[in-house]
Amino acid sequence: MSAKVWIVVQHREGHLHRMSREAIAGGQQLASLLGGTAEAVVLGHGVGPVAEELGGYDLAAVHVADAEALADYTPGGYVGVLAAALKDHAPTHVVLAHSYQNIEYMARLAQAVGGSLLPEATGFETDEEGVVWRRPVLGGKLQARVRAVGPAPLLVSFQSGVFGGSDAATGNAPRVELDASAAAPDREILGVEEVAGEHVDLSAAEIVVAVGRGIGDGDKLKIIEALAESLGAEIGASRPVIDNGWLPRDRQIGSSGQTIAPKLYIAIGISGAIQHLVGMKGASTVVAVNKDAEAPIFGVADYGIVGDLHEIVPALTEAIREAKAAAG
Amino acid sequence: MKIAVCVKQVPDTEARLRVAGDGRWVDEENLPFVINESDEYALEEALQIAERTVGEVVVLSIGPARVREALRKCLALGAHRAMHLSDEAFAGGDAMATGRALAAAIAREGFDLVLTGSQSDDVGSGSTGSIVAGHLGWPHAWLVMGVELEEGNSSAKVTREMESGMNEVLRIQLPAVLEIQAGLNHPRYASLKGIMQAKKKEMAEVSAADLGLDGAAIGASGATVEILSVAFPESGEGARIIEGDASSAAQELVDRLQKEARVL
Repeated sequence: MSAKVWIVVQHREGHLHRMSREAIAGGQQLASLLGGTAEAVVLGHGVGPVAEELGGYDLAAVHVADAEALADYTPGGYVGVLAAALKDHAPTHVVLAHSYQNIEYMARLAQAVGGSLLPEATGFETDEEGVVWRRPVLGGKLQARVRAVGPAPLLVSFQSGVFGGSDAATGNAPRVELDASAAAPDREILGVEEVAGEHVDLSAAEIVVAVGRGIGDGDKLKIIEALAESLGAEIGASRPVIDNGWLPRDRQIGSSGQTIAPKLYIAIGISGAIQHLVGMKGASTVVAVNKDAEAPIFGVADYGIVGDLHEIVPALTEAIREAKAAAG
Repeated sequence: MKIAVCVKQVPDTEARLRVAGDGRWVDEENLPFVINESDEYALEEALQIAERTVGEVVVLSIGPARVREALRKCLALGAHRAMHLSDEAFAGGDAMATGRALAAAIAREGFDLVLTGSQSDDVGSGSTGSIVAGHLGWPHAWLVMGVELEEGNSSAKVTREMESGMNEVLRIQLPAVLEIQAGLNHPRYASLKGIMQAKKKEMAEVSAADLGLDGAAIGASGATVEILSVAFPESGEGARIIEGDASSAAQELVDRLQKEARVL
């Protein structure tokens, strides 16, 4: 049986989601590795422009489910239509971007069709027995090699940045209508609100000092404030610091916070879970201070100091003050 | 309201990890285990809802004998009863197999609401709650940042986290499965009284046969993915590790940032 890879895309206001372009690139590469075809699927209402954009990629088909019941994303709407479509068209693989919206419904879709489920893939290769996938476990501290052993289709989501959106091959794909009658919205959308906060725009900062769980206690943030002040830097944080209420939510860096690209990024007591790394990978120079020499943050850092941040941070502040004083 | 909370016991995120002898998972010997972080928030939310609605909170967990310690802690925090899905047949399951088993236990008792964390800190597929909802035929929401029961407890206003600092507010009919995101409340600490009371609370052992589950559909046999091996990533390769005591390391770092990276 040759592979048929479906790529279900996400869109907003008539445009493809950035991560969906990456998913197209990933789906095309998977299809090519397995000697099969790649096809895109888009759901929504009035999705003509998105379908047209998809038509410009090298895909065997662009399946379009256009119905009023799909105007807003709901798990019931998407799972209803896709479960019926997967049974009709029998793709071997369903590829999605590992976005919050897709994570919410992909497991339910796998359950509905009795398929297999592999969220957050970071790569794949083949061996003599088939495809071997890679994905992070234990907060990214370890990488697992995983094999799908259940029934088709295999639903797989690709972590942000695994493929380049601009690497998706272009071409000319025909549009095919998909039956949307099984859409069964299971929630009422009441509105969208901005997360409360002061709106600190960390994306404009040249230097960011970011603090993680390793600080241990909100009372100990003074040493971070002193370091940031010596550098003229903004303070950011990884998720656990925000969840503990040690810093306001608008300081959060990562997939559910801000995405930043400063010239210098100093990560203090941050282990470097992938959800954090996607928010700071645009930084030019990265410094990491962590007591755990195996923390994933050292894998993306340019400079690292392994040790107790409560000793290192004050010493670093002192060294920066001296250097600035010497420079006049 | 009768609320089920599914919790998972996971290795402490601060713990030092070693790869097990067979290379397929971490070595669990002497490894400290804790309640998965987002599950703690789910339990706290359930306890608060139960306090407002004069309800009952039942905690469920799948796993070996060590899991009883996590369940006991949930009882000390205020859960009324615990169910330990304890059977060799449950071992080695992925989210699909584990979700099927949890759903069977929930369906057997009947609940008005199911809460669980959005994602486990070990496997982290973020899927189990959604799969439970699928088996029950209930609506679900993932990354829940707020729950507000509405008139007659037949629906709830749910705040769901989206990307880029936005939240979506939606109305969902109950019963439903809500997958809670860490940070939506402040989990309480166990009191001495709570710890003492927990010893007298019911902890039921439930087997696959009790739930009428086919052994082929659960545990490793029912899993749709299999971990072949785990390894530490090529970590540390990227960073130039600066050695020495705090002040000399700090001095060298500043020097390199000025002269090599030219960012200071």
